Amino acid sequence: MSARDLHGPGAPWGPHEPGSKANVDFKVVGRAHAKVDGLAKATGAAVYADDIVLPGMLHAKTLRSPHAHAKIRRIDVSKARALKGVHAVITGDAMPMKYGVIPWTPDENALAVDKVRFIGDPVAAVAAIDEDTANAALKLIEVEYELLHAFFDPHESLVRAEPAIHEGRKEGNISKSVQLEFGAVETALAGADVVVEDDYFFHGSTHAPIEPHCAVATYSPEGVLTLWSATQITHYVHRALARVLELPAHRIRVIQPCLGGAFGGKSDPFSLEFCVAKLAMLTGRAVKMLWTREEVFYAHRGRHPMYLHYRSGATKDGKLTGVDAKILIDGGSYSSFGLVTTYYSGQLLTGPYHFPTYRFDSTRVFTNKPPCGPKRGHGSVQPRFAFEVQLDQLAEKLALDPIEIRRRNFQGDFTRTVNGQRVTSNGFLQCLDEVERASGWKARRGKLGPGRGLGVAGSMYISGTNYPVYPNDMPQAGVQLKVDRSGLVTVFTGGNDIGQGSNSMCAYIVAEELGIPLERIRVVAADTDLCPVDLGAYSSRVTFMVGNATIDACRKLREKLVAAVAEKWQCAPSRVRLIEGLVIDLDDTSRSLTSVEAFHLAETKFDTLGSTGSYNTPKLGGDYRGGTIGASPAYSFTAHVVDASVDTETGRITVHDVWIAHDCGRALNPMIVAGQMEGSAYMGLAEALYEEHDVNRFGLHRGPSLLDYRLPTSLDTPEFRALIVESIDPEGPYGAKEAGEGPLHPCLPALSNAIYDAVGIRLKHLPFTPAKVLAALRAKQESAPLAAQGGKR
Amino acid sequence: MLRLPKFELCTPTTVAEAVALLAESPDAMIVAGGTDLVPNMKHELFTPSRVVSLAQVRELRGICRNADGSLAIGAMTSLAEVAASELVRAQAPALAQACSLVAGPQLRTMGTLGGNVLLDTRCQWYNQTYFWREALGFCMKKDGEVCHVVKGGKNCVAAASNDSAPPLMTLGATLEFASPRGRRAIAIDDFWVADGIFNKKVERDEVLVSIQVPKAPAGHRGAYGKLRDRGSIDFPLLGVAVRLDLDAQGAVEHADVVVTALAAQPKRITKLDAILRGQRPGTPEFEAAVAEAAALAHKQCKPLPNIPGDADYRRDMVPVYVKRTLLAASRGEGPVHHV
Repeated sequence: MSARDLHGPGAPWGPHEPGSKANVDFKVVGRAHAKVDGLAKATGAAVYADDIVLPGMLHAKTLRSPHAHAKIRRIDVSKARALKGVHAVITGDAMPMKYGVIPWTPDENALAVDKVRFIGDPVAAVAAIDEDTANAALKLIEVEYELLHAFFDPHESLVRAEPAIHEGRKEGNISKSVQLEFGAVETALAGADVVVEDDYFFHGSTHAPIEPHCAVATYSPEGVLTLWSATQITHYVHRALARVLELPAHRIRVIQPCLGGAFGGKSDPFSLEFCVAKLAMLTGRAVKMLWTREEVFYAHRGRHPMYLHYRSGATKDGKLTGVDAKILIDGGSYSSFGLVTTYYSGQLLTGPYHFPTYRFDSTRVFTNKPPCGPKRGHGSVQPRFAFEVQLDQLAEKLALDPIEIRRRNFQGDFTRTVNGQRVTSNGFLQCLDEVERASGWKARRGKLGPGRGLGVAGSMYISGTNYPVYPNDMPQAGVQLKVDRSGLVTVFTGGNDIGQGSNSMCAYIVAEELGIPLERIRVVAADTDLCPVDLGAYSSRVTFMVGNATIDACRKLREKLVAAVAEKWQCAPSRVRLIEGLVIDLDDTSRSLTSVEAFHLAETKFDTLGSTGSYNTPKLGGDYRGGTIGASPAYSFTAHVVDASVDTETGRITVHDVWIAHDCGRALNPMIVAGQMEGSAYMGLAEALYEEHDVNRFGLHRGPSLLDYRLPTSLDTPEFRALIVESIDPEGPYGAKEAGEGPLHPCLPALSNAIYDAVGIRLKHLPFTPAKVLAALRAKQESAPLAAQGGKR
Repeated sequence: MLRLPKFELCTPTTVAEAVALLAESPDAMIVAGGTDLVPNMKHELFTPSRVVSLAQVRELRGICRNADGSLAIGAMTSLAEVAASELVRAQAPALAQACSLVAGPQLRTMGTLGGNVLLDTRCQWYNQTYFWREALGFCMKKDGEVCHVVKGGKNCVAAASNDSAPPLMTLGATLEFASPRGRRAIAIDDFWVADGIFNKKVERDEVLVSIQVPKAPAGHRGAYGKLRDRGSIDFPLLGVAVRLDLDAQGAVEHADVVVTALAAQPKRITKLDAILRGQRPGTPEFEAAVAEAAALAHKQCKPLPNIPGDADYRRDMVPVYVKRTLLAASRGEGPVHHV
């Protein structure tokens, strides 16, 4: 029985065939609608965390470590405490309990205890009457450090255990190491007609959401702590607060206000959330902390730098025989999601192509840099880059068209990957067809003139995972509906709308299922006092899981409405249809009620009207340690074609067009899906060409500002052409899968492949700066006469 | 958000008043558009107790042609206005082009030509927050002793990063200052010193009033080339201003190239006039002379890793941008910019 069958009564429009593109007769789904919060955001009425101002509110600031690796010998906060206007000063001993978003690796403190691990590590926090007073107090805190050797090169961390960045670990400075092999890779590679072996490097990059992190806390006389925070995972913040503050969870309420972007950078519990909570408890006043842009760069949790070595073998006709990967991951100073990252770096590569055999050996190490974590396409963008470039190298050796080699290795739908993951719908071939057609691949490739070329790449990504970060069998998503006598339906969801439109998605589903206009639906989200638990906005899980939970709740409510109306009309329930604010009798169209009348009938017949719904993943994953990490109820698939040219004098790359074909199952709102596809491709190109998150020789961030961290502007952004492919997944809500992260992946390798097509250089080390391109062009020119001689020999 | 340190803000309406307010307070500073000073104050690079705003001083705004045909550009004229001015575009195309490429549209609307001329030098070890600089142990330009650009370096090599300076140098512009001592004028060529800490010959109590641009000959051509990472916002990684004056027969009568963003002061490429003089644009001889000029510029420029980005790459780009900007000027085109 599939998860979808667990929903209440069937949809009024009857079952649809998997793979069927028919829009049945949806009234809301599949059409472009405004986001429920679109006007509020556009007019400035939306309330973000920093907009919250409470009576008597104090402002808090953080003192940070100026050293990359040091023991704290002594902290003296007495002068800061004595400053007029300062209400409280706290240091690590105020909250000694360690935490971590992954419960197996709690290695963070709200404020440093005994030692600091990177420049920017939080050491103390001050609450004062205003920001200037808090900043002045920070300068009065005296900290005595004992400097330790600092690690900036992950290769050093791999072999050198002392000084340990985290003490008491038997693995030294290794954060996590995973070796998994599926089938006999060596034998498969030995039997291959062609093998390509190469090294690739993926640099660090960060999320750079427009809104910096901000949190506000109050502590009531009854002992209830309320925290408003710019988080994308309310539930984990709730749990982490209970742990670190040593408060029972029922005395904590966490609310996510309107959020100004996250992209994975607001997934961890952060120092400021604990600090404002603790400071509110100590002072009895509301406390706010807003990080500066610089502090956001230090908090980071962005893309892990990875050193990737791949070996892939194929037969003469281009069929892969085996893939062997060895990956070194620079984790920065804390574990964060690193356990998952390490698994993802290997586990998520096994589609859309069939790997007969596969092996990966991934090791994440600690370094004294801002901690890495999940950024859009967590853990899988880096290996995808390396492998898709390597696949192009294979195609070249075999004289195969790069699209053709991808087609030949297609794994198929409703299949199982080599590492035991279940794949349901799979529209990858259609994605390839679409980008091939739309880009004019056959007619234009090789005919674009000197310096310009086309490149292709593919990818897959999860729509949520069946691995909840803390083990439990409860639903992963819950939704509650409340019906008002006015006709208003309120949706309560723990899901976090981080701009991806998940609140709107809930409203669309309720409108569709209950046949009521969108304006009669309000969504209350991400408030732990009001909303059922949802695990939050990460791993591209919200549309799939919260969407299914919303359908579940709607169908239960609909059953009551239909029953009440059928009783009044003395007809079979199957004749009752909820549509466009009305309830109609399908067999006698002269007979109808308004939805409001139907709500009143149902409330009269049953009870106060509402319903709950939930979703949990079916049992998934390979039967081995880590086999559930990366196991998703459905996978999205993407193909990109990039059209790019190179100025051979300056080394500068210009991207002209990106065609993005993405199998999102079904586009519940094609406008938002297209926006996610374009935004993903933008972010991918930004990483490929401009952005670099790194430290200098002192361990200082190279440029923690939006001037020095080069986010591409509109002038630097090419045309994006979103081509939506709908494979109608049997388990997704109306067949939907994710669209927010998958479409980023192929952008970087497709660009590298386009550059090879354009000028014959293989860019394997990100980012593709003009300096690197120029160096590669010169190296090619210098080796050209030699290669010609070699050819003659 | 970073906090702006506290200061007294004065808003005089005349130059005389501004000069007096400046003279009263030994650490007062001038703010024009604020696009350079405000972030620098947030970084605690400057902590003046008094800031004298020139925003209300009407006489400092506007562009006019003097009787002798030269241009007088008020120091408070916005970069956007200079870039769009028909007068400037006709008589000083390189200046209009350079101003059109400073930062982004919002900053050009606020930022002024005077402010850009007087822009503080920039360095990756300097243009950072107080926290960052403190963690570094500071640098000799502010609060510290050493230079981190060149190990053991005794001079500050922060880079002149004002796009407007090179074209003004090729145009032979003059800067007019007011102070308690009266007015003085100085040729912009003589204005710079090779010290990244403070690369300008201006006293603390002087107010830049106007920039005078002499009338160019009829055959004047000019262009500006700018290397930067993005198509907007960024300071130059390299700036190249070109002047080509053509005689009645269309041959080069005078050529001048000034580059910036490499060292503490803008740099004139020397011996270049001799290479290009007498050549007629569009001929193979001219193109060969341009290539020779580009190679000469490459020889004369050795940037250090002062501003972000690869210093070797910036050097590699000197001949490319000199060549492209010379060609653009010769055709009456430009600016040379990647977008």
